[in-house]
Amino acid sequence: MNDFWSMGGYGGYVWSAYGLAVLVIGWNVVAAHRYWRRGEELARRRLAAGREMRP
Amino acid sequence: MARFTWFHKLASPPHCYAIAGRCLPWLAWPALVLIVIGMYGGLLRAPADYQQGEAFRIIYIHAPSAWLSLLGYTTMAVAAAVGLIWRMKLAHALAAATAPVGASFALLCLITGSLWGRPMWGAYWAWDARLTTELILLFLYLGYMALRASFDDVGRADRASAVLALVGVINIPIIHFSVYWWNSLHQGSTVLRAGGPAMPASMLWPLLVSFAGFTCLFATIVAIRLRGEILMRERQASWWSSMDSRGAMADE
Repeated sequence: MNDFWSMGGYGGYVWSAYGLAVLVIGWNVVAAHRYWRRGEELARRRLAAGREMRP
Repeated sequence: MARFTWFHKLASPPHCYAIAGRCLPWLAWPALVLIVIGMYGGLLRAPADYQQGEAFRIIYIHAPSAWLSLLGYTTMAVAAAVGLIWRMKLAHALAAATAPVGASFALLCLITGSLWGRPMWGAYWAWDARLTTELILLFLYLGYMALRASFDDVGRADRASAVLALVGVINIPIIHFSVYWWNSLHQGSTVLRAGGPAMPASMLWPLLVSFAGFTCLFATIVAIRLRGEILMRERQASWWSSMDSRGAMADE
């Protein structure tokens, strides 16, 4: 198991790269989801404003 | 002409929003499964490289990131061209949704490349043709996003950023061929090369699976962002209130 984590002495480089990939992918998914939610919120507010403006 | 109706339908925000929603599970699940299989193959099944040892395993992150950075910019430029030529607002929305995703993978490509370069070349960075052109690609992405953000009017932001996207696309073939045109520390193409891939099958299959998984992931993230972008742009989003969370119309 230690051999796996040490990656022949390159563990620091290999696991840093993989850790960073997890962070970038995670950020992408969360940020995209938040962006979509913000769009929904904006659409909801526009709808509500439109209804209020009607006589 | 009837066969092109699907293309015209894509220009409709409700239709595009619904299609993107329906595609999400078909993209997200394959992305997850393929990335897990690719990482398993890359970290546990593939043998160590005879020259680079275990450090070569960074390729399973680095190469798909590089591919996505190029795919993202090409998608952005094609969408920008469609938006400018046919005045299709959804094409501009797609370009805007793609930019931050492509930029993040360009950044990931550069940093994982540095982490790979340090043990192999003895330096985190070199002003090498491949590295420099990839850095220019990241700056093009950032410039595109900054230019969009500098306009209050969406239409003007679309047109100005589309021109930048089209001018910058010249960098894409330069990145690809840089290792052949100039003396470079960076290795040549491993997969897309004349004479077939320069890898044994035991190393190649996890890489191909990772490429497929990362591409599905990229499409998933862009589809989610595109849905958000459509809603941000729509002044009359009454159609949205009649859709369920997956984007299907209530009466469908």
